[in-house]
Amino acid sequence: MKAIVCVKQVPDTSGKVAVKPDGTLDRASMATITNPDDLSALEAALELKEQTGCEVVVVSMGPFTAEGMLRECIARGADRAVLISGREFGGSDTFATSQIIAAGINKIGVGPEDVVFCGRQAIDGDTAQVGPQIAEKLHLPQVTYVAGIKKEGDSLICKRMLEDGYMTLKVKTPCLLTCIKELNTPRYMSVSGIFECYSKPLEIFDYPALKDDPLIETDTIGLKGSPTNVFKSFTPPQKGAGTMVESASALVGILNDKHLI
Amino acid sequence: MDFTLSKEQELVQKMYREFAENEVKPLAQEVDEEERFPEETVKKMAKLGMMGIYFPKEYGGAGADVLSYVMAVEELSKVCGTTGVIVSAHTSLCAAPIFENGTPAQKEKYLPKLCSGEWLGAFGLTEPGAGTDAQGQQTVAVLDEATDEWVLNGSKIFITNAGYANVFIIIAVTGTVLDRRGRKQKEISAFIVERTDPGFSVGKHEKKMGIRGSSTCELIFEDCRIPKDRMLGAKGKGFALAMKTLDGGRIGIASQALGIAEGALDETVAYVKERKQFGRSISAFQNTQFELAEMKARVDAAKYLVYKAALKKQEAMDGAKIRYSVEAAEAKLIASRTASDVTRRCLQLFGGYGYTRDYPIERMMRDAKITEIYEGTSEVQMMVISGDLLK
Amino acid sequence: MSEYNFTDTAAFHGVWVFCEQRDGVIQSISYQLLSEGRKLANDIGVELCGVVLGSGVEENYLKALGGYGADRVYYLDSPLLKDYTTDGYAKVLCDLVKDKKPEIVLIGATNIGRDLGPRCAARLHTGLTADATHLDIDTGKYVEFLKESSSLDLSKQKFDYEDRNLKMTRPAFGGHLMATIICPRFRPQMSTVRPGVMQTQEYDEAAAAKVVVENVPVELTADDIGVEILEIKKSAAKMVDLIGADVIVSVGRGISSDPEKGIALAEELAGVLGGVVGASRAVVDAGMISSDHQVGQTGKTVHPRIYVALGISGAIQHVAGMQDSETIIAVNKNETAPIFGVANYGIVGDLFKVVPQLIAEIKAVQAAK
Repeated sequence: MKAIVCVKQVPDTSGKVAVKPDGTLDRASMATITNPDDLSALEAALELKEQTGCEVVVVSMGPFTAEGMLRECIARGADRAVLISGREFGGSDTFATSQIIAAGINKIGVGPEDVVFCGRQAIDGDTAQVGPQIAEKLHLPQVTYVAGIKKEGDSLICKRMLEDGYMTLKVKTPCLLTCIKELNTPRYMSVSGIFECYSKPLEIFDYPALKDDPLIETDTIGLKGSPTNVFKSFTPPQKGAGTMVESASALVGILNDKHLI
Repeated sequence: MDFTLSKEQELVQKMYREFAENEVKPLAQEVDEEERFPEETVKKMAKLGMMGIYFPKEYGGAGADVLSYVMAVEELSKVCGTTGVIVSAHTSLCAAPIFENGTPAQKEKYLPKLCSGEWLGAFGLTEPGAGTDAQGQQTVAVLDEATDEWVLNGSKIFITNAGYANVFIIIAVTGTVLDRRGRKQKEISAFIVERTDPGFSVGKHEKKMGIRGSSTCELIFEDCRIPKDRMLGAKGKGFALAMKTLDGGRIGIASQALGIAEGALDETVAYVKERKQFGRSISAFQNTQFELAEMKARVDAAKYLVYKAALKKQEAMDGAKIRYSVEAAEAKLIASRTASDVTRRCLQLFGGYGYTRDYPIERMMRDAKITEIYEGTSEVQMMVISGDLLK
Repeated sequence: MSEYNFTDTAAFHGVWVFCEQRDGVIQSISYQLLSEGRKLANDIGVELCGVVLGSGVEENYLKALGGYGADRVYYLDSPLLKDYTTDGYAKVLCDLVKDKKPEIVLIGATNIGRDLGPRCAARLHTGLTADATHLDIDTGKYVEFLKESSSLDLSKQKFDYEDRNLKMTRPAFGGHLMATIICPRFRPQMSTVRPGVMQTQEYDEAAAAKVVVENVPVELTADDIGVEILEIKKSAAKMVDLIGADVIVSVGRGISSDPEKGIALAEELAGVLGGVVGASRAVVDAGMISSDHQVGQTGKTVHPRIYVALGISGAIQHVAGMQDSETIIAVNKNETAPIFGVANYGIVGDLFKVVPQLIAEIKAVQAAK
């Protein structure tokens, strides 16, 4: 039994965000972090490992520099990592990305008891699309917005959050779950995990490694295989500053004059 | 000397920082004000392998290195001096002497429990009449031949972690010997005492100026009986064992001092950018800039001494037949002075706000002072250094 | 079912809105999307269709979709569609798309829409834009939008005014950037759309009477569905309705010295103003308040009549969710806080001192009336 966890290295948008003059993000000048929801997905997988002894495999698509993040996942308790990296994969939108990651997961192999864990969404794109699209490509049932997981035989009982409550769903393995931060509190790396993480296996899947998968065609991956294109990107205009008011009573006076209260 | 951190050391540092920021810092003020031992933090650290950082995996340690341990105490102390010293005393003063001097059976019995954090460790040398002067020891241990037990009588004071520790390394007098000049000297030996041993009790809890969450108590031995095999190291070698243990301990305290100084500097840099006087932030004033610059340089100087001592201890751990007493003494002397000096000057930059408990700087100043006193005062460190110079 | 070729863009016609129902009740996001879809359909002179999947949804609910702009409603009824499941809904919706070939499909970016949309787009081999906040087909209107909402120098930009692609604009990187996405080579063009962003049009009785409701047979068996719904529970604690609120009083990191008191003060102020309490991401992440209170890029987009920001620095990701509020009032200790850049009125001061004064003053004014 395996838990396969999809993780993404993202720029830390909660800190300083640098935008280049052409309206694109200056990624080089920003700190990178492991996408927060993905850490919840990893924690869910590690908890499953504690219950069942299953293997935890982390997989990421990105540049070679994403190795550091994968090592950190191992230091948190994952057994091994796969980095999907290749020039041919660059410029992929969520559709093409999910084709490639699904091919990578096919290569890792999805067994009858396996579970694929994703974060709900990444903080750079906020799309929440790659998880469900991987599930579609792998023909797995999906449960998104997962806030609770209980293993029962060959099924998982999942709590799926809705805006106005929640649903409890039973899903048979293999399946794909997208996790939200309410699901758990991600653990820290451990000291011993850190001192072992560089000796655990990390495989690179490049284009030649995946090209025989039917999901990988020149018109299904990369910029060329992406149905969507960025037409324009821009920064919002700066709003002019308003009036500074000296005291609470002055403010209430203004609000009253303007019939706002 | 190369202070470049390895990939693993960079990662542990990152982990300690996240842990300190999220788990330790939010409790620091409460722990200080309520003089509360942060048991929950110790449990969390235990889970992450922080209670046995540099001990081998076969004894339940994390299999890391001495510098990774030093950085743990440093990062914890940046936000909470109390939490820093809990780890330092446990590791350097209890687990280390057992690891370095214990019999295979003793290591087997104690190290896994200490490294996993299931048990907390402490060290008892100081007595009401024997602080810096270790020959003034009054606690005695007598072997009861009939039962093959050591019987301890006496007391120890100012023992860090005492209220919560399960295992204590205790230094006691086991007889009299003649020194090289034929003078009578106390024969000193070391013992492992467990909290549940009959005749052992923890006495008065000290109310302190700083590191107020750390549990500092008196230990009382009233016909305390322990099995014969609890002697740690050879009979009569207790004083040397204690001194060597303190060499390691001083590296831990130096790390704590370094962390306190760095933490104070971090707080101050953030504050001077925010605080405005005469229409501009006080970081724009040259007095502020010069103060910060000098403090930064001093902190870095201390840091290199501390890290150098750690690397030296690592060499010894790796099998080199070397001592690191002088390196440890220098690191502690300079780091503790730096901590006291830097926290005082930082508080001055904070002005009146720094004197209030709304900001952590007054706590850091109170915490800093102890680093010049415990595990050998600054004067003792100078005796060690000059003793080596003039030998 | 007719041959489906997602690249034959000329074969696709009409604008669709997936109209989400829960418990047989059409969700308000559907009305917002129909109102927006109406404008798009008018721009290119095509039909606007609402698509409803459910079981026993009442006729008057279906008719009402006409009142918000739909020319036609496809209604797919099956006991298996009563409650949402990814597999059931994706199969039925994809089959219908393959059969009828709409050029645009809009889906509300709810927890259901964001589950369904990507699954369908992947199956249909087409693009999907997530969480759009602005939609245009007409290039002239798009250029007008850019003039108002971007810092681009448009004199240097060339536009093709004949272009009929759907231009889907959305915030990215926590609201620091806006991106307009197109899907030129594949159909349908799909987008999920943020709830609360598109305005609902006036209900049109006459249009509701004219709408054509078409019952489409459903080919779906229980075996098609890989999950089993055990329970659906409405949350007992009523989720705060930020989107519909007239007044929102939000709290930020400034309350962290005493979160309980800070939230209590915000509640009291919201009480006297007739509003609800919102929060910044920092406060939600720190666990001081539940996430349904979160305003901003990863929370809710709101445009109340009055928005009060207490101790919120104004990180761009927060501003993205509240900048269109009619009147913004900010209270912050730090006079350089970016929130003052978007506020209509600002007070520099400690919220723990300012808010009680505000409450007292407002009460006095109200008592005088």
